Amino acid sequence: MSKTVITPPGRWDLPSVKELWEAREVLVSFGRRDVLLRYRQTVIGIAWVILQPLASAGIFAIVFGQVADLPSNGVPYFIFAFAGQLAWNVFSGVASRSSSSLVANQSLVSKVFFPRMLVPLSTILAVLVDYAVAFGLFVVLLFVYGINPGWPILLVPFWTLLAVLLGAAIGVASSAVMVKYRDVGYALPWVIQILMYATPVAYSLEAVPANLLWIFNINPLTWLLEGFRWSLLGQAAPEAWQVVALVVVSGLAFTGGALIFQKLERGFADVI
Amino acid sequence: MADPAVAVKGLSKSYRIAKSGFRPTTAAEAVINRVKHPLHKPEYEDFEALKDVDFEVPWGEALGIIGRNGAGKSTLLKLLTRITAPSTGRIELGGRVGSLLEVGTGFHPELTGRENVYLNGTLLGMRRKEIQRRFDEIVDFSGVEKFLETPVKRYSSGMYVRLAFAVAAHLETEILAIDEVLAVGDAEFQAKSLAKMRDVARDGRTVLYVSHQAQTVSALCTRAIYLDQGKLTYAGNVEDALAEYRNSFTSFHVAQQDASRRAGTGELRFTEAAIAEETMEPTEDKVIEFAVNANPDLVGSYFVSCHINDMNGNIVVQCDSRLVGLWLDPTVPQRGALTIKDLWLKPGKYTYDLYVCKTGILDAWEGAGAFEILPNPPYPEVTSDEALTHGMVLADFQYERW
Repeated sequence: MSKTVITPPGRWDLPSVKELWEAREVLVSFGRRDVLLRYRQTVIGIAWVILQPLASAGIFAIVFGQVADLPSNGVPYFIFAFAGQLAWNVFSGVASRSSSSLVANQSLVSKVFFPRMLVPLSTILAVLVDYAVAFGLFVVLLFVYGINPGWPILLVPFWTLLAVLLGAAIGVASSAVMVKYRDVGYALPWVIQILMYATPVAYSLEAVPANLLWIFNINPLTWLLEGFRWSLLGQAAPEAWQVVALVVVSGLAFTGGALIFQKLERGFADVI
Repeated sequence: MADPAVAVKGLSKSYRIAKSGFRPTTAAEAVINRVKHPLHKPEYEDFEALKDVDFEVPWGEALGIIGRNGAGKSTLLKLLTRITAPSTGRIELGGRVGSLLEVGTGFHPELTGRENVYLNGTLLGMRRKEIQRRFDEIVDFSGVEKFLETPVKRYSSGMYVRLAFAVAAHLETEILAIDEVLAVGDAEFQAKSLAKMRDVARDGRTVLYVSHQAQTVSALCTRAIYLDQGKLTYAGNVEDALAEYRNSFTSFHVAQQDASRRAGTGELRFTEAAIAEETMEPTEDKVIEFAVNANPDLVGSYFVSCHINDMNGNIVVQCDSRLVGLWLDPTVPQRGALTIKDLWLKPGKYTYDLYVCKTGILDAWEGAGAFEILPNPPYPEVTSDEALTHGMVLADFQYERW
């Protein structure tokens, strides 16, 4: 029989991987609950998952492709914007959903024990379900437009993982801060929107003036988006250093987010 | 299993309470406050909810944790179930702890009964396979099989509680922690639950039970600890712990006279409370006089309530002034009296609690006073004591022969 010892927490603890693993079923339960609930009282249900990216890709195609007449690396603007949306939604979906998750589940946090980090992490599952549906739609679009991205498409899971890590880094840390300061709930969507315009999601790097390019090139999300577009649309591959740096940044960011979370965690039940 | 199920050593938990009364709730406020008073260090007062508690619970014991309000019972259970972390000390647990701090934790109103059983079960520490195996048992126990596919928001509150408790009762964790859940549900269901809890202890598992309902503690527990203002002052058999609880009234009563130590928002406070007579015959009218201060800032009227408790902390009656249409104006000081007629109390000692309420509780004066009912049964005949031992109160009754 396993023996558990509880002692006062240290200053900077990393979450116990063993404990997280033992409670994996809680993660699945939460994820299942989120997915079940999301479309239960809707009329068209899961069709929302398809409609949303289609509509926003359509608007981007009109505003950036037609009105502003920006280049799109030689593919139709619609699918170009759709691919960007697909990637961006993983990152922003994980970040925004997980950030509000702890406050939304505060009654649980103050009443039962489970590794708290599972609450923000479980939102990833629901985001991935949406992503899978949208990805299926994307594959259909690839056939419709007759685009063959080639073997790099096999790397999609790799980019997805990095997008999840970056999103979770922000989400996990801000969910913990939001327990005490609800401001985060107002600031984060706005920050994410600014980030979206600062990142080539709806436009391509081609359209960026050369003197501003360096700003875009130091943004890890640019590297991520370039990676995605390479895999999804067969466009130019990101530079090797960017890929390496992206892996390092995602890993560090996630660890940092987890540390912040863990540091604030011990106060949750007392503050909420 | 030589090791005890639970071993607690030197356990303390302190909360920091900001002294200045200013507590930033938004980051902006925190920053502004910092800029305004760059050198001002926030002053904190340490409030020790638990002080240096040591005890052990062997396997198969049902341990009752008793104490007055604010004695640290719930804090102790929160530490044992890991909801909050200790400040110092060490807890060793010999197995998984299933906790049940409030029934229905994690129930989601939109999910069906079946989905909630799984969600709640995993949250409480069960494996999915365990739930699958015991699913029929759980549903049987709860008696809501017809409504398994209905969202629980459409359940009656009784069904809701029953299903929630059924899940918890089938937890297979080695240690089970419970906080006053038995107070809910109808009598039949309560009896069922008590039996279930006893089974759990008989299986060699361990139950930790927090309550101020003395009856359930003595019905369920094999041992008890008594907490007084965060300190463990007694550990041993249930009867003696309950005696300790009864004896603690005087000190509790003195402490509660200081209004700042009472629960409630404090917007209004009782200034006086007194019982007209401190010793009474069982059938006499009970008259409790009270006075409440004024608060010109409050809008709308308020009401008061009174509980009469027996010495084991069981509430005998509740007298809510709303029921008789008494509402008071908070802008002027108020005086009044509560008269309870036709309540025949059994001989013994009683205490009363007074409450000022509006939308929430403004003042909760527990242990506001005590009185004694003289051992003079109000019946025409004198007979052996067993004719009077059962029941909570006495009644004006008669038999007729047809």
